[in-house]
Amino acid sequence: MKFFNHLTFGQYVPSESLVHSLDPRCKIISVLVLLTGIFVVKHPAVFALWGVLLGCITAAARLPFRLVLRSAKPVLILVLFTASIHIFFTEGDPLLQVGFIRITRQGLVMAAYMGLRLLFLVLFASFLTLTTRPMELADGLERLFSPFVRFGFPAHELAMMMTIALRFIPTLLDETDRIMRAQLARGASFDRGGLWKRLKAFLPVLIPLFVIVFQRAEDLAVAMEARCYRGGAGRTRMYPLCWEKKDTAALGAVLTLVVLLVIGDRRLFF
Amino acid sequence: MSIKAVNLGHTYHPGTPLETCALKNISFEFDRGTWFSVAGHTGSGKSTLAQHLNGLLLPMEGQVWVDGMEVKEKSRSLQEIRRKVGLVFQYPEQQLFAETVYDEIAFAPRNWGVPENEIPQRVNLAMEQAGLEKNCLKRSPFNLSGGEKRKAAIASVLSSVPDYLVLDEPTAGLDSYSRKELTSLLVRLRSEGMGILLVTHDLDIALQFSDSILVLQGGTQVVWKKPQAVLEHLQANPVPGLKLPDIAQLSAALREKGKNVPLTWQWKCLKTALFGEK
Amino acid sequence: MHQKTVCELRDVTYVYPGGASDDSGTPRPALRNVSFSVYEGEWLALLGSNGSGKSTLAKHLNALLVPTQGDCVVHGMSTKEEKNTFLIRSLVAMVFQNPENQIVGTVVEEDTAFGPENQGIPPEEIEARVETALKVTGLIGKRKKPTYTLSGGEKQRLAVAGALAMETPCLVLDEPTAMLDPTGRDDLLTVLGNLHAAGKTIVSITHRLEEILRCDRAVVLHAGEVVWEGSISALFLTNGSFREWGLDTPPLAAFWRDLQSENRIDLPSIPSIPGLVDALCQ
Repeated sequence: MKFFNHLTFGQYVPSESLVHSLDPRCKIISVLVLLTGIFVVKHPAVFALWGVLLGCITAAARLPFRLVLRSAKPVLILVLFTASIHIFFTEGDPLLQVGFIRITRQGLVMAAYMGLRLLFLVLFASFLTLTTRPMELADGLERLFSPFVRFGFPAHELAMMMTIALRFIPTLLDETDRIMRAQLARGASFDRGGLWKRLKAFLPVLIPLFVIVFQRAEDLAVAMEARCYRGGAGRTRMYPLCWEKKDTAALGAVLTLVVLLVIGDRRLFF
Repeated sequence: MSIKAVNLGHTYHPGTPLETCALKNISFEFDRGTWFSVAGHTGSGKSTLAQHLNGLLLPMEGQVWVDGMEVKEKSRSLQEIRRKVGLVFQYPEQQLFAETVYDEIAFAPRNWGVPENEIPQRVNLAMEQAGLEKNCLKRSPFNLSGGEKRKAAIASVLSSVPDYLVLDEPTAGLDSYSRKELTSLLVRLRSEGMGILLVTHDLDIALQFSDSILVLQGGTQVVWKKPQAVLEHLQANPVPGLKLPDIAQLSAALREKGKNVPLTWQWKCLKTALFGEK
Repeated sequence: MHQKTVCELRDVTYVYPGGASDDSGTPRPALRNVSFSVYEGEWLALLGSNGSGKSTLAKHLNALLVPTQGDCVVHGMSTKEEKNTFLIRSLVAMVFQNPENQIVGTVVEEDTAFGPENQGIPPEEIEARVETALKVTGLIGKRKKPTYTLSGGEKQRLAVAGALAMETPCLVLDEPTAMLDPTGRDDLLTVLGNLHAAGKTIVSITHRLEEILRCDRAVVLHAGEVVWEGSISALFLTNGSFREWGLDTPPLAAFWRDLQSENRIDLPSIPSIPGLVDALCQ
């Protein structure tokens, strides 16, 4: 039994698929385009098409469908919460009334809309982390933001910070697990008493965790310096990003699809 | 008065693709006032085993008994078992959190509900046992030296007044002076009637101090015997990842060449066998 | 035997800013008038107990720390001049104690490439270097694996691979085996032995004397000062001050010293186990 499990965090899943081999910049822009599409499109029929598209990308990325679905697990509560707000607080034709609680037809429709939108949003976004190595993702972001560097935007630094944060998530989860066990062995308990007592019980976990994080950060900084790191200037890459025809094709396909859907949606809706 | 495991088994993530059998059919018993070592390679299941002895992990197969109380879920005695069996994790100094060393050591007895007026006595005793200087009490545990931090961490477990002390690689990262200090502390605790369980990948230290040794490999029990018998067993049936001490290898090689020497890990013993008393 | 100097410390004193002071309030130096050289192609053991200043000293060798007094010269360049720093780090690589805290990449090959990428090496050459480094350290099969799936010993070998990929002539390792199990320790020492045989200059910093039997030379540090310098065998024969230095003679060395001093065997330098067996069976 472990308190945490790193597989639930939508982390990179290696595979030799087409989606994996695309340029990270292509994937970032495509996902942005798809997310915009999800927010603009209103017709219910289109949601079915999103579902089909999701299935196609999953197949092209050679990922098990369950794994993709699982990456939405952490935000499921948020989805349900948004949906229920819409169920209970939308005005319209009442379908059911129990005391002061009233459920309307419009409310149900809105709830389904918002819930599904949020769900698709997370699922499409998770392709980015599932199929792109963190270092690649960071490289992609760095390159996309590089035009803003001349205005003082720290593109390289942000990208490096992101890589390191992603690299340390599994380590810190293990560490937290270990400290919790050690404190349990000293008689601490994390599941008794009221909320305040429980929060207080976490101090003996949080303080050592902070100490470890700072120690690690310092050690890592020294180790990076020892390996000739001095910021982004003069750095080369083992696998430099290289925009190929397939990237143009993939991005073109996504753009065309979304634009068609938006136009079709406007026609159907109005 | 003993800790006993009967056919103990444990599987991580049962029923998922990550299913791994960590322990299978482990049986042993050791009394208070003895030193019992669990030796094995990384991943042999020795840390999993240690966590079963005070109920941090519960047996999935078989049983664990502490002084006649069974370790099982929702048992009233589970808290009592955790108090009785002190567990010192690897790099225990990494769990320190309190403002002062005093509060650090007082953490456990306060958790067990010891009245506040008895706490100073508990803290003092634990410090003395761990060999920590009195002037450390008011200092922050984070400002101690490496060796002192480890002692403070051990004192913070001893303050529960455990009857058994389970330690996972307690000498890792210590230099030879601190290592000797720590082993002599454990020898003293044993002579005062505490049961010591040492989890280690280092056969040298296990052979030198233990009353009995259990060797694990891939979650299964290889041998559970007295040190000399364990050495003989391992020499005849090597376990990958468990290196015999240099002197043991040397004496084994000499025996193979027909020399009349015993299989031993102590160089003085080997020298006497080769050249007689001097 | 050795001529060319790789690193030279001249009378180095180092005081940590805001570090510990003695009773009179004057700051206590972590290193005090330390002088010694590292020669090309040798495997040097830098020994000392915890707190002897050996890690501080290690960090001087590639300009992570700069002497408060005295000078540290690497390939003729003083570490005091900031313009030399980058070049010096391309000549002396370092591996630290905790393997977990020096891995930058999330995938094995990515982490190995980090150093050469910083050095500005062209992509094809980085790939070739990464491949060689992973082969030498026995990690080539794990090339595409996430770093968190490696064992402790593998992580430390990855750290060595990252240093090798920088193709520095000298490698400094600060207690690289402290957090490893015996298998991880043996595997790492084998890798170091091979590198040494291939001509790399290696500085191993440790308090475990079992690990230095294959080294060429030892420098012992105690309370910030160099207290002994010489061959490994000579070190084990000077039994006297070991306790004071906080070091421990490994049983095999103690056995050999005892037999040697009683003229039971004639092996002037410390033998391996097979060597000792042969001598005893004659």
